[in-house]
Amino acid sequence: MNLSIMWDAVPKLLAGVPVTLQLVSLALLFGFVLAAVIALMRLSGSRIASSFAATYVFVFRGTPLLVQIFLIYYGLGQFPEVRSSIFWVILREPYWCGILALTLNTAAYSSEMIRGGIQSVPPGQIEAARACGYSRFLVFRRIVAPIAMRQALPAYGNEVILMVKASSLASTITLLEITGIARRIISQTFAVFEVFIVAGAIYLVINFLITRLIRYAEWRLTPYLRRPA
Amino acid sequence: MLELLAWGDTGWGDELVRGTLMTLAVALCSFALGQVFGGLGATAKLNGGIVTRAIAEVYTTVVRGVPELLVIYLLFFGSSNAVMGIASLFGYTGYIEVNAFTIGVLSVGLISGAYSTEVIRGAIQAVPFGQIEAGRAVGMRRGQIFFRILLPQTLRYALPGLGNVWQLTLKDTALISVTALAELMRSAQIAAGVTRNPFLFYVLAAVLYLVLTSLSTYAFDRAEKHANRGVRRA
Amino acid sequence: MKKTLTALAAGLALFAVTGTAQAQTKIRIATEGAYLPWNGQDASGKLIGFEIDLAAELCKRMGATCEVIAQDWDGIIPGLQSRKYDVIMAGMSITDERKQVISFAGPYATEPTSFAAMKGSPLLGLNLPTTAVDMATITPDEQKLIDQTAASVKGKTVGVQVSTIQQNMVEQLMPGVEVRTYDKVDNLGLDLVSGRIDALVADGSAINGLIAASDQNKDITKFGPAFSRGLLGEGVGAGVRKADTELQAKLDKAIKDATADGTMGKLSTQWFGYDISIKSGS
Repeated sequence: MNLSIMWDAVPKLLAGVPVTLQLVSLALLFGFVLAAVIALMRLSGSRIASSFAATYVFVFRGTPLLVQIFLIYYGLGQFPEVRSSIFWVILREPYWCGILALTLNTAAYSSEMIRGGIQSVPPGQIEAARACGYSRFLVFRRIVAPIAMRQALPAYGNEVILMVKASSLASTITLLEITGIARRIISQTFAVFEVFIVAGAIYLVINFLITRLIRYAEWRLTPYLRRPA
Repeated sequence: MLELLAWGDTGWGDELVRGTLMTLAVALCSFALGQVFGGLGATAKLNGGIVTRAIAEVYTTVVRGVPELLVIYLLFFGSSNAVMGIASLFGYTGYIEVNAFTIGVLSVGLISGAYSTEVIRGAIQAVPFGQIEAGRAVGMRRGQIFFRILLPQTLRYALPGLGNVWQLTLKDTALISVTALAELMRSAQIAAGVTRNPFLFYVLAAVLYLVLTSLSTYAFDRAEKHANRGVRRA
Repeated sequence: MKKTLTALAAGLALFAVTGTAQAQTKIRIATEGAYLPWNGQDASGKLIGFEIDLAAELCKRMGATCEVIAQDWDGIIPGLQSRKYDVIMAGMSITDERKQVISFAGPYATEPTSFAAMKGSPLLGLNLPTTAVDMATITPDEQKLIDQTAASVKGKTVGVQVSTIQQNMVEQLMPGVEVRTYDKVDNLGLDLVSGRIDALVADGSAINGLIAASDQNKDITKFGPAFSRGLLGEGVGAGVRKADTELQAKLDKAIKDATADGTMGKLSTQWFGYDISIKSGS
């Protein structure tokens, strides 16, 4: 173990943290919107919409993210038709390809969580709200959404952590996030252990902070479970 | 396009099929190893002393908190040295090769084990304690309680969670392509590189992974039905 | 339950067998397998290329049994250090940075570095001189050429393979360039064709290899000077661990003999179409 290499690697690797966090937060944001759409399609009762949503989830959950990233980046870039289309503005950049792959991937997983959360809402509560004269929208906003969110939060927290880890695969398409920088430092110093251990520690800290944040959110969302002071 | 997929020395069909089988082999061994780690981890967390519990806690936290790619790289470059270090304690100083397959199984198994630990722990805790007390009350020995009461029910409770871990394990094997083991992802990458046709080969890889995951979903569904055959439904 | 246990035991047994110790009886040589004509893979997944044939030749001369294995480029030196194999023959140039961590036998070949862009690129329109630039002894004229090249790619996106002499060259001599690093030359080629990068820098023969590889690549065109030596190293050699002085000496002798009797030149012409072996006196 060469401590000076580890020490030198710390600031360089920390410089990759913003890129990692950007990839994760943008993918989660876009992914959540897409996931909500897919979950609603799944629950819509329309056969076409629901089977489309099911297929989407099946494909993206059933294949490794690495395959998805390569397919989007190198696979689509292969076709002159794609390169002359409007999508090339996004697909040209490794940064957006990374975000696109992570978005599509997380949307598949999150949509199942949202679906589970919505289905966990006791029908009696919805009936009660309807009986009180709530509109459909108001039922959703005041009854379904809060309960579903509370229900899905622990699983979603795991998904956030999986996304932080998954973002390391963006290094395979030339992106310089934490793992990408680590590989670059290794290519100059050949010190695999030193650099990857520091990189691993940074990921651990990020994930630890996220876990705490989610726990806090859970605590805030369950005042009824707290013992009165 | 068809000649690209031909069987034999001219096309990539046989490489892809062999890669798929290799992926399956690595995934099965990793999952089995993961169950050993998971069982040990869960036991340590539930019944261990302070030290074993702490070790299990560190294991699951670190392995689940660090990207799989890093775990694989660290084992890939470190396993030989580690094995040789252990061997030198016993007086053997020669070189010991740890091949790519073993490294793949070891690293994916380690990851699989960390997730299994939590699943198995939850399943053990789901067995009502009264049943164990009842076992004791009728004079069952510890082993009997374990094999007749705890294990069958734990297995049933753990099955859905383990199904998820299996899917995760199967997909994580794609990452060991970095160790040059000729599994599915690696074969697809080589074919894509040589033929300059990444789209075709990554789509094919995706389809083959889908075949594996859907077959295993079916198998786990069957297993769950079998395990739950004695359970009354409301 | 019994079945599960049996399956588990079988899995573990398999695991144990594959992990058993293996005595070191042969020389294991690592190559990348994605850098034709130096080294590559054919449609049966077999390793082929100049260095695979050269390895066989050198092993015959040393009276050793050898095995050539594939290893990704970015982990090839760490893999040597952790004793996964004993020799690297992967188009690796002998440079001062690398000599700090491993030693080399040879060099057995030398090939200048070039830039390349797609036909129709404005970079080709600049008509940079294609003179050879010896970076070990830079004359004022050569310095002007370097500066001229640097100015032309300034602000452009240039791709290189990670951890190569080309990455070093662009990062050190050409400020203001957005450098993208790739794991493999194949992917570098894909992104040049797709237009994600404006130019690539690689070994001249590897660029030839790319151009020959497929129809889509035929518009890849070299431009600018052919750089060699200096920070690009002293030619391509076989890497060995520093402690393996005996192996290094044996390999070195085999390389010298093969170069002297013309075998090296023959193999080179067979794979590259021209002679890249080291001429005596140069």
